[in-house]
Amino acid sequence: MNAAVPPSPLLEARALRVEYHAARGLVARERVIAVDDVGFSLEPGETLGLVGESGSGKSTLARAILRLVPVAAGEVLWRGEDLLRWDRRRLRERRRGMQIVFQDPFASLDPRMAVVETLEEPLRIFESGLGRRERRARVLRMLERVGLGADAMHRYPHEFSGGQCQRIGIARAMMSAPELLVCDEPVSALDVSIQGQIVNLLADLQRESRIALLFISHNLTVVRHLSHRVLVMYRGRLVETATREALFAAPRHPYTRALLAAVPRVPRPGAASADPSRAAMPLAPDGPAGPVVGGCAYRARCPFAAAICAARTPELEPAGPDHAVACHRREAQTP
Amino acid sequence: MPMIRYLLVRLLGALPTLLAIVTISFFLIRFAPGGPFDQARALPADVVANLNAAYGLDRPLWDQYTTYLRDLAHGDFGPSFRYKDFSVTELIREGFPVSATLGAIAIAIALVAGVGVGVVAALHRGRWIDHATIGLSVVAIAVPSFVLLPALGLLFGIELHWLPVAGWDPTSVRDYVLPVTTLCLPPLAYIARLTRASMIEVMRSAYVRTAFAKGLPLRTIVLKHALRPALIPVASYLAPAVAMTMTGSLVVETIAGLPGIGRYLVQGALNRDYTLVLGMVIVYSTLLIAMGLVVDVLIAALDPRIRLEA
Repeated sequence: MNAAVPPSPLLEARALRVEYHAARGLVARERVIAVDDVGFSLEPGETLGLVGESGSGKSTLARAILRLVPVAAGEVLWRGEDLLRWDRRRLRERRRGMQIVFQDPFASLDPRMAVVETLEEPLRIFESGLGRRERRARVLRMLERVGLGADAMHRYPHEFSGGQCQRIGIARAMMSAPELLVCDEPVSALDVSIQGQIVNLLADLQRESRIALLFISHNLTVVRHLSHRVLVMYRGRLVETATREALFAAPRHPYTRALLAAVPRVPRPGAASADPSRAAMPLAPDGPAGPVVGGCAYRARCPFAAAICAARTPELEPAGPDHAVACHRREAQTP
Repeated sequence: MPMIRYLLVRLLGALPTLLAIVTISFFLIRFAPGGPFDQARALPADVVANLNAAYGLDRPLWDQYTTYLRDLAHGDFGPSFRYKDFSVTELIREGFPVSATLGAIAIAIALVAGVGVGVVAALHRGRWIDHATIGLSVVAIAVPSFVLLPALGLLFGIELHWLPVAGWDPTSVRDYVLPVTTLCLPPLAYIARLTRASMIEVMRSAYVRTAFAKGLPLRTIVLKHALRPALIPVASYLAPAVAMTMTGSLVVETIAGLPGIGRYLVQGALNRDYTLVLGMVIVYSTLLIAMGLVVDVLIAALDPRIRLEA
């Protein structure tokens, strides 16, 4: 291979669009655009944070890039190949490399299967040559990696706590040695005291295995802890993308700034009362629900909204090195 | 070992149930007006008295009840009042294998085909194959056997000459086809609907989504993850269905001329053939209780979270 060719990203989404047909009453259906014109890329071994409030399309985006929900338009390139064009067989075989950890750790495990059966299943499918003894050994090693012991093997999901179930869910996803692990709000169903443990576990696994993580959360503290880069999503569109440092130090989109201002913080004794830029950015009540046709979806809540915001949908445009923002009024609000 | 203990406890627990059923049935049928020797033209009083004495009907009811129970404990169901020279034990021993064989074949076909059809319909939810399944199942459940069996006989027997319309030779498979078809269609349709409904529910669940995300083939997802829980409602329906089908059908056995026990319950009750009615009640309830036990074990096997506790 030519050394001059830049290595292609592990995963790249281009102009991705996902639509739902939501039922309105018994017969009528309404088209809902859940993900609109989203593009991003993910390098091998990188952790990409995806933040946004409930209903912003984060989970849909995650499922769309794994083809767990139908995609209306766009491309998803896996090592340069459009995975939306793969036939069922190829998709199934390639799933080995792209796994997902779901939000509800309990519901996503088959309640009728002992832990060892759940964890063995990927090996039976993808490494059918393995003997029983070797499969068991791998299961045991994986259980230890996620902080569970051999005694977990023959127990059923309902015998575990939420945090333990999520460890099993992560172990299950890691069994086929994926290159990409999508974590769809993996800690939001857990107690705060457990969240930290699971986040640290994911960080450890990522460091050891050099897998790429797409980490979805509405918890900015967690995203900040894990991510190299962060995507901010609002009503199905990306509004800001930046490195972790840039995003948390100098957020450019009014929505990102409002999100950051909403993070509860413990005031340090003796510190100045608060960061004035945060205090100045209240998160206004949301506009009317439903798809926003044309213009900036955030304009109803935005203190900087102007005529242009209703006239034209803002595109992501560079706002610094490795930093892009979709806002017509980014100059107006510079602090 | 705990399994054997569980079965023993359940079987012992079935005895009081059976006793209660026998007792209630014994007195209920006795309190019904009329008697086994009533005929259009009344018999002379001394003949009736002699018959009553011969069958022990002149003794106090309580005395007859305890005698019946004692004979029952020795496996003797007593003499039939209407089928002269036959004991109820003989009638059932001869007829039950016929009804049970036909019923067992019908239920087995209904189970396998019903689950298969239900799964296919669920996986093609909303498409034509699903609509066709639902539509046909309504027809199969709604058409009564006294219409279906003669219609089948007319088509395959009288018009096409493929199959006999009636008659019974246990070694001839051709004799089985029409009655088994008639017996199996309603439970088949019902099982298909049960399977479809629960399968659709299970296929929507989070852990089936996980199984898809894992990259499992559809066959594995259906067989290993989805089918087991989806079969639980089917298993629950199986106990009454098996008891009902294996004790024979009055309509099917009468129309097809089969020497089963399907007609005994209705005839026995109409004729006040006390011992025959009780014998049939015992056969039916024993089957029902036994199948209930089998189904409980089956459900525990389908869902390991369920622990069998007596």
